[in-house]
Amino acid sequence: MQDTKKIVSIAIAAIGLLALPLLLQSQGNAWVRIADIALLYVLLALGLNIVVGYAGLLDLGYVAFFAIGAYMFALLGSPHLTDTFPAMKAMFPNGMHSSLLLIIPAAFGLAALFGVLLGAPTLKLRGDYLAIVTLGFGEIIRVFLNNLDHPFNLTNGPKGITAIDPVHFWGLNLGKAFKIGSYSISSVSLYYYLFLALVLITILISHRLQLSRIGRAWMAIREDEIAAKAMGINTRNMKLLAFGMGASFGGVSGAMFAAFQGFVSPESFSLMESVMIVAMVVLGGIGHLPGVILGAVLLAALPEVLRYVAAPLQAMTDGRLDASILRQLFIALAMIIIMLVRPRGLWPTPEHGKSLQRKGAPPAPVPGSTQAHAPGVPTPADEIAGEASRPMSINP
Amino acid sequence: MDILLQQIINGLVLGSMYALIALGYTMVYGIINLINFAHGEVLMVGALTSWTIIGWMQTAMPGTPGWIILIIALIIACVVAATLNFTIEKVAYRPLRNSPKLAPLITAIGMSILLQTIAMIIWKPTNKAYPNLLSTTPIQVGGAVISPTQVMILSVTAFCLVVLMWLVNYTKLGRAMRATAENPRVAALMGIRPDMVISATFIIGAVLAAVAGVMYASNYGIAQHAMGFIPGLKAFTAAVFGGIGNLAGAVVGGILLGLIEAIGSGYIGALTGDILGSHYSDIFAFIVLIIMLTLRPSGLLGERVADRA
Repeated sequence: MQDTKKIVSIAIAAIGLLALPLLLQSQGNAWVRIADIALLYVLLALGLNIVVGYAGLLDLGYVAFFAIGAYMFALLGSPHLTDTFPAMKAMFPNGMHSSLLLIIPAAFGLAALFGVLLGAPTLKLRGDYLAIVTLGFGEIIRVFLNNLDHPFNLTNGPKGITAIDPVHFWGLNLGKAFKIGSYSISSVSLYYYLFLALVLITILISHRLQLSRIGRAWMAIREDEIAAKAMGINTRNMKLLAFGMGASFGGVSGAMFAAFQGFVSPESFSLMESVMIVAMVVLGGIGHLPGVILGAVLLAALPEVLRYVAAPLQAMTDGRLDASILRQLFIALAMIIIMLVRPRGLWPTPEHGKSLQRKGAPPAPVPGSTQAHAPGVPTPADEIAGEASRPMSINP
Repeated sequence: MDILLQQIINGLVLGSMYALIALGYTMVYGIINLINFAHGEVLMVGALTSWTIIGWMQTAMPGTPGWIILIIALIIACVVAATLNFTIEKVAYRPLRNSPKLAPLITAIGMSILLQTIAMIIWKPTNKAYPNLLSTTPIQVGGAVISPTQVMILSVTAFCLVVLMWLVNYTKLGRAMRATAENPRVAALMGIRPDMVISATFIIGAVLAAVAGVMYASNYGIAQHAMGFIPGLKAFTAAVFGGIGNLAGAVVGGILLGLIEAIGSGYIGALTGDILGSHYSDIFAFIVLIIMLTLRPSGLLGERVADRA
């Protein structure tokens, strides 16, 4: 009974997600674009959730990995390199139009490499020191992107790289509308499906990681690093793995962003973006997948929607409250109010810590009379009935 | 040699402004373990308030000497900034004092965006020319020049530091602040009201930030809604550099950072054969910080704090 209900609700959600762009498309492609951007942010937030949510390492420079992915795609998929360097022109006379199947693993790998590079010198740092170093790393990457048009033109400086190829694979070009008979699916909707697929894969990976030995090790490090070490966890490797895994999702998401926009410039990768991604993770419910997704969708999409509703308000205040100001105002108020009302996020993990008493749960057992038991271990016969039904979880 | 002397002067001026801002960060962090992301915006509000006051006084009372206008504007800016920071703490941080560590950080970031937005609405998102109220004749020191504004910045900073050191080390409030930073619960048992001490800390931090904001605006001759962000970031770096939570560390970190930036951007072009130019100056701070923290994870003067994070 429970299972059929679950299957039905999943099916409804799936149909809803698949039909969404087709419905939005009839209202104008701008709406589908908003959905696309929201999905990209979900991808970023899920990646950051591995670092911040699972391993508890506060990363304020996450957008650097996004930038690395985006610039990698921009260089591989635009005429910029072949135009600038004659040697490249000789190697690829027709330009490098790299395929998606090459780009996703490459972005994944490159960003992971940078993640480990960032992680290695910061292993000893904790908490806020780590936050400021990662923040600095993000700024360093941005400044380099901004200035590497000299002495050799790699990133084209603040002007950014234009004319990036759209995603194409198996003969399908996502830059053009896809026609089935007389019905056409617009380019942005095709991107929607691609991003949706990537998000689903990421959710799957995150979910499996969370339940795995690695995920438990991360959470142990988050709760108490010294204790985790004492339990035999190799904290160094686990932290590097968290940085690498988190960064790689950022890189893939960046590559998709570059293909989707067709244009990248250092402006898109400011510190504010990193901060927004952290805000998405924390607002939604740190370390909890549905919460993180909710936070990302909320912060990414709602202000954009608001932008379209804002026009009359703007007219009323003779231009002082224009759309972008209103959007910022909304984001800021949302961040403050949500945190004040729900400090653990909108949709936090159901159980947190050991000392937390659930509402309606039986009173705490007398010390020594019952011990909490590990999942999968059969309940001893003398266990208090109510206590046994309480699900155990290592989740926060 | 002259260039070096000039860069040292510039570095000291920049560094003393960083030091003033960093003190605000480090005091707040020392007491409630929070990175007050909105601190740079308090600086911005101070600078823009003083800009408004200066403009108003120049039209209402023409002929008043520049330094009087500057002092009045500075005092009003301090009062506004202090009120603002007091309110921010009360509204956005106090209710979250016992929540998960990241919650107040997010409200702080939210506050920072909110203040910038409100400043954009009040003052419009344009660059404003900040008037130079002191004489512009430069003073010759050795082979280098120093402007009266820079002299003012150095002396005001020195004055602020002396007052702050006296306040922290020789007054009842200062003792209460140090006790609360050491251990809030025990301090409360000794009859100190932590809420009052925390409010006082935010007010002092805001006054220092407002002073720094006015100095910053008069040094660069420009003020706008996003001006607080970069100095705020650098000053926070300086605070971490010196060992966060440590007042002397913030001052040393700030001044060192200013010197590194000024000297670094003056010489990097020559050192690397023009491959890296002075437009990389913004990242010196971070590169030095990363190297520094790798070698000494608790900052220059920071004591080894057992995992409070």
